[in-house]
Amino acid sequence: MASILTVLFNGVAYGFLLFVMSVGLSVTLGMMNFVNLAQASFSMLGGYILVTAMQSHGLPFLVCLPIVFVLVGAVSVIVERLIFRHFYKTDDLTQVLLTIGLVFMSIAMATYFWGGSYQRFDMPSWIIGQKEIFGLTLETYRIFLVGFGAVMAVALIFGLERTQLGAMVRACVDNRRVAGACGLNTELIFAFTFAIGGGLAGLGGALSANLLGLDPNFPLRYLVYILIVVSVGGMGTITGTLIAALTLGIADVLGKYYFPQFGSFIIYLLTVAFMLWRPHGLLGRGA
Amino acid sequence: MSGIILETRHMRMAFGGLVIFEGIDFALRRGERHAIIGPNGAGKTTFVNLVTGLLKPISGTIWLDGQDVTRQSPQQRVKSGLVRTFQINSLFKALNPLESVLLALLERDGRGRIAWQKVAAEKQQIDEAMALLARFGLAGDAYTLTDSLAYGKQRLLEIVLALALKPKVLLLDEPAAGLSTQQGHEVFSQLANLPGDTAILFIEHDMNLVFQYADIVSVFAAGSMVLQDSPENVRKSPRVREVYLGA
Amino acid sequence: MSVMEPAPAAVSQSGHDYFATLARWKIWEILFWAALAGCYFVPEMDRMLMSRVIIWGLFAMSLDILLGYRGIPSLGHAVFFGTGAYVAGFCGKYGWSEPISALFFAMAVAAALGWLTGKLVQRVAGVGLLMVTLGLNLILFDFVLRSTDLTGGDDGLQGIVIAPVLNMFRFDIYGRTAFWYALVVSFILFIATRILVNSPFGLALIGARENPRRMITLGAPVEGDVSRAFMIAAAIAGAAGALLTQTTQTVAPPTLSFQRSADVLVILIIGGAGRLYGGFIGAIVFILLQDYLSSISPVYWYFWIGLLLVVIVSFFRKGLLPSLDALLQRFIKRKPDAPS
Ligand SMILES: Nc1ncnc2c1ncn2[C@@H]1O[C@H](COP(=O)(O)OP(=O)(O)OP(=O)(O)O)[C@@H](O)[C@H]1O
Ligand SMILES: [Mg+2]
Repeated sequence: MASILTVLFNGVAYGFLLFVMSVGLSVTLGMMNFVNLAQASFSMLGGYILVTAMQSHGLPFLVCLPIVFVLVGAVSVIVERLIFRHFYKTDDLTQVLLTIGLVFMSIAMATYFWGGSYQRFDMPSWIIGQKEIFGLTLETYRIFLVGFGAVMAVALIFGLERTQLGAMVRACVDNRRVAGACGLNTELIFAFTFAIGGGLAGLGGALSANLLGLDPNFPLRYLVYILIVVSVGGMGTITGTLIAALTLGIADVLGKYYFPQFGSFIIYLLTVAFMLWRPHGLLGRGA
Repeated sequence: MSGIILETRHMRMAFGGLVIFEGIDFALRRGERHAIIGPNGAGKTTFVNLVTGLLKPISGTIWLDGQDVTRQSPQQRVKSGLVRTFQINSLFKALNPLESVLLALLERDGRGRIAWQKVAAEKQQIDEAMALLARFGLAGDAYTLTDSLAYGKQRLLEIVLALALKPKVLLLDEPAAGLSTQQGHEVFSQLANLPGDTAILFIEHDMNLVFQYADIVSVFAAGSMVLQDSPENVRKSPRVREVYLGA
Repeated sequence: MSVMEPAPAAVSQSGHDYFATLARWKIWEILFWAALAGCYFVPEMDRMLMSRVIIWGLFAMSLDILLGYRGIPSLGHAVFFGTGAYVAGFCGKYGWSEPISALFFAMAVAAALGWLTGKLVQRVAGVGLLMVTLGLNLILFDFVLRSTDLTGGDDGLQGIVIAPVLNMFRFDIYGRTAFWYALVVSFILFIATRILVNSPFGLALIGARENPRRMITLGAPVEGDVSRAFMIAAAIAGAAGALLTQTTQTVAPPTLSFQRSADVLVILIIGGAGRLYGGFIGAIVFILLQDYLSSISPVYWYFWIGLLLVVIVSFFRKGLLPSLDALLQRFIKRKPDAPS
């Protein structure tokens, strides 16, 4: 009994990681219909920035996180302004090809700068080890992840529902042309959303680095999971993304724990079945 | 056999909470020239979409030539002779008019799945396509990309595509929209040349065209058919003025 | 517009000529295939590499039927390539060593799978479609990787025996038989595809690419056509896979990895979709570049492939062939303007 709860908890922690990595893509997909596979590269970049800041510059873990957020956010907004914005009107496939090209480049660049092997992490002592909660023995780091992810989710949902900025973003997701016609500066809102989404992807990468391992193939390994979360959740919906991420996280951890011989097979099968059943995802709007 | 070729019985339709038809009973007779008028948003286009099967009604039935076609696919209805045009041109941008019309003819004659023989071998259909284009003054543009044709010519092509299928029932959604008065009359005089038993249902905002070419007029407004009568009576009806002014 | 303007015979004739010209073999096409065949006689030509180029070209051409002609992007086209490759591998392993019949069998199995895939995806579009095709690819890859008893897992199939083609030409280490076998099979399938895209069905595929809704209102079985297109494309991709197995006598999981699906898409986009030759041109560029780059920098060559992709979609959005074509057209058009 205790063991299944522990596995469940690990699944939730993994789910929150996936949520933080994917939520930016979901919102930008809903908003400007831009299929950005390079989201996974932003996550990898976050991981490498964390490694560099902690291992080479000796900065404390908690100080590194905001640095990662800001730096990756800045990089993603630069990429958006320089490249992506010219592709908003092209079809899905062109966007896929463009961003997969960028993923290939990012993998080679990561190899060049950080080498091809897995990175070593020395996490601070307070976050290593285990804690007893409600009679369960849980890893401290995963507890931290769940707390962090939950706070992020609440903040995002609240921010989108209750703040003026959130209202503008929602207006753009609902109908970009009308929002533009109503005098909203859609370009600025896009750039801003990209920055936040990219920053979050970076954070997701940084937080997952020591759990999932970080090497230059990180984007290719997690791209599929990010895509599953976004398309199952339905693009443009934070709640949908959250539900999909948690479900996927739990299902993946449970599956690998109880049916290791099947690996990710079941996940892929369920995803395909789900997409055929609801092509627009859980909470996505039909076109 | 009755004279009715197309009929809807208690057809109900809504988009989410927006009710378009409360339950509409409509009949079109063989050889009839029937106009639908009504203010913007009355549901005229939706009516055509329902009848042709691009949309499914919430309840009610649709009858074509004495058969219940409510559950039939749009393609099956086309095969039974129910053909439409679109209010907003719906063409093949990267094809030329000859290829576009040929597509329609090949589908009509059931030759569209032939994969082992060149298009050039379909001589009879190519001749017919050329003749059709020539009849509508498009022969000179047969090889021009549809996308780069002038709007008026694209509009004509939209109608030619439907005529190519030799319809028994032709539904025209504002065929003259965007055309000059002169062009509009030309289109309608061409339609007058169709075989006498072809039923034509056309949606039209230009009252002159309606009164000149329709035998009977139906007025749609706010979820129902308000009136169905001869053009003269519709012209005189205070209800119609009300509907338009009220909208 | 007069009321009755019958089509003069000349107008009608021009219609026949138009379609006849479209389907006629051009000089450059003959030159292209002659040049490909001529590669065999170039001294020091790596014939194994050239047969790989041809096989990839065939594979990319099969994707062109779906993407270029029907307008369906697929992120999982390696499913069919890999199926053909493994079926041919099983044949060779379990005693069916005659290559040509095994090739047909591999095509049939891939075609069946393609038809099923078409049935599955005919109602999804956009990102959903990309996701489903990608998902199918991952499922099959995972399955093959894990069914070690059946497929040999990571190591691939061992002990594949392929008999000489027509009982005469042995597959040798110099790739002589491999080259001709790949070229002849690819050429035959190319001709079949060429007939297909110039047929009424080919026109119907383009019509559905341009405007599926209008095709429906013309009475075309648009959804069925998706299955048919998938079936044909899958059969040809399966043939390409089988060719690879038979010419190399090996088959391993990478033949049906997502990476392979991405690569073939890249190849087609580099060459240009909807042109029939885009796949072959793309394969020549991609495989030779890959061969060259990976020999000078085995670690970083993917950077250049990525960059190439970005440059292509940024500046030659339709691929190399159409861009060159447009340039040529401009050049030809300008000529009459020149003072005479
Ligand atoms: N797919 C749809 N989803 C939601 N609402 C729709 C849809 N199609 C039409 N409507 C709504 O249904 C109503 C009827 O639309 P319809 O296009 O049938 O009107 P119409 O009579 O053809 O108008 P017009 O004269 O402007 O062409 C309108 O209020 C329209 O906004
Ligand atoms: Mg309308």
